[in-house]
Amino acid sequence: MNRGRLKLSAPARAGLLFILPALVYIVLTQLLPVIYALYVSFTDYSPLNRGAPKWVGLQNYRAMIFSREFQNALWVTLRFSAAVIVLNVVISLALALLLEGASRVLRWLQVVLFLPIVTSVAAVSVVWLLLYDRDFGLLNQVLNVFGLSNVGWLNTVAWALPSLVIMRVWRGAGWNTVIYRAALQGIPREVIEAAKVDGASALQLFRQILLPLLRPITAYIVIVGFISTLQTFAEIYILTSGGPLGSTTTVGFLIYRQAFEYGQLGLACATSFVLFIVIFALSFGSFALARKGMT
Amino acid sequence: MTAALVSIPLLWMVMSSVKPFSDIFAWPPRLFPSSVTFEHYARVLEGTNFPRYFLNSTIVAVVVVVSNLLVALPCGYAFARLPIPGKDAAFLVVLGTMMIPSHVTTIPLFILARNFPLIGGNDIMGAGGTGLLNTYFGIALPHLVLTFTVFLARQFFLDLPAEIRDSGRIDGASEMRVFTSLSLPISLPIVATIAIFSFVTAWDDFFWPLVVTTTDRMRTAQIGLSVFRSQFSSEWGALFAASVLIVLPVVLVFLFNQRLFIRGLATGATK
Repeated sequence: MNRGRLKLSAPARAGLLFILPALVYIVLTQLLPVIYALYVSFTDYSPLNRGAPKWVGLQNYRAMIFSREFQNALWVTLRFSAAVIVLNVVISLALALLLEGASRVLRWLQVVLFLPIVTSVAAVSVVWLLLYDRDFGLLNQVLNVFGLSNVGWLNTVAWALPSLVIMRVWRGAGWNTVIYRAALQGIPREVIEAAKVDGASALQLFRQILLPLLRPITAYIVIVGFISTLQTFAEIYILTSGGPLGSTTTVGFLIYRQAFEYGQLGLACATSFVLFIVIFALSFGSFALARKGMT
Repeated sequence: MTAALVSIPLLWMVMSSVKPFSDIFAWPPRLFPSSVTFEHYARVLEGTNFPRYFLNSTIVAVVVVVSNLLVALPCGYAFARLPIPGKDAAFLVVLGTMMIPSHVTTIPLFILARNFPLIGGNDIMGAGGTGLLNTYFGIALPHLVLTFTVFLARQFFLDLPAEIRDSGRIDGASEMRVFTSLSLPISLPIVATIAIFSFVTAWDDFFWPLVVTTTDRMRTAQIGLSVFRSQFSSEWGALFAASVLIVLPVVLVFLFNQRLFIRGLATGATK
């Protein structure tokens, strides 16, 4: 390299000095780990084994794809994400529309709607643990009042995943409502007035005017939804530990078990890359769909 | 209605933490306690290791906040205002790392933490000991510089008038002086936002502290809560009291800084 080109102006040198620590850190803890994880995914490596990882080629990927445990986890994950996202969009959009007129109480309400998402997952999970309790839980007591029998929310295969979905929707719905409300307020009054003058019914107004205009924000909620639901961990760890019978073992939870319970770091890295690809594909897919719809 | 539905679980938590034990399982269920008691709090603070867990969480959170302020602020400022060749490409790379799921980086970071040379009984090759496992630095490791705080800082400084730097430069001040004595004093909102955001990230983290701590002494409050619940599953009052204590710092920060908080979340809720 030519020495003259290396000479930077004083502000550029100061700038490099400002940026370098963050850059070095991000490369060391974000970029290199991804490359290293890719390498480990082709090896046999146990946390107990202090030797070097042993190269095994595609064996982890082959073992993973054909394992019932992984197939099950993938299916659980997709159902969990889809249910949480669909319910979140429907509920929060409905709430946002209902709250249209209520600007007086809104500042206060917004605080309440935000609380579930700012409280720590671990603490919130403990509360839901008791709400869901088979014998003493508030939910079953309410069911009893209506003459229904107790549901084993967290310890039956049929209800464990729906229970996690309900809690997750509860956590996110308020926050998404606030986002939808902001988006609704951004829609020009004239557009809505004009449609009303033309005799549009409330349903037509919603389907043909509001829904298309809200498409970008819905895409945002869906993408963020995928990224966050696919990484769900603490709720599962505390409420169900992945059970019963693997019915709540998501891919993210399976990675934890593979790495830190089974001691198979190579397999866990391979699985994490599949998760990475799934997150990327789903986010990108939603993004592409949203763009296609807008043009 | 909505507000009631949303807040019942949290209200339930707070109320149950001050209820006598017989109230918690009372039939019909009662939201409000028949008499207020702080026995559960006393149990948590005197009969368990929670004070230690809270101390651990606090130390980690403080380390994370200080490090984010020291590193992310100047970095965001330079990305926004200083003429560095190739900075746009570099910033794209930084932004791109926000796409990486934490599950992918956790295992390599665990290996890095465990094999960190010359710490925790490790030799220069990183073998023989436990490295950064069960250390405060180890728990703070993934959060020392959050990509998101760099992003927030850059956005903030982009909106600051460029004349501030120009006037400082004309007066002959060095870039460092322009940054510390002209830009920083009018940047309190971003300082607060970064502090809040990195505090909450560190305080609420669950997956990483679970992986990187193995001894009871080094557990954070979040992990302590989950262990406590599996060991003393019948002590609901104490569990709720501990939950309230864990939630309290973040909720207080939220209530006093709502505007900053909501804006921060809205700019990028992905990480």
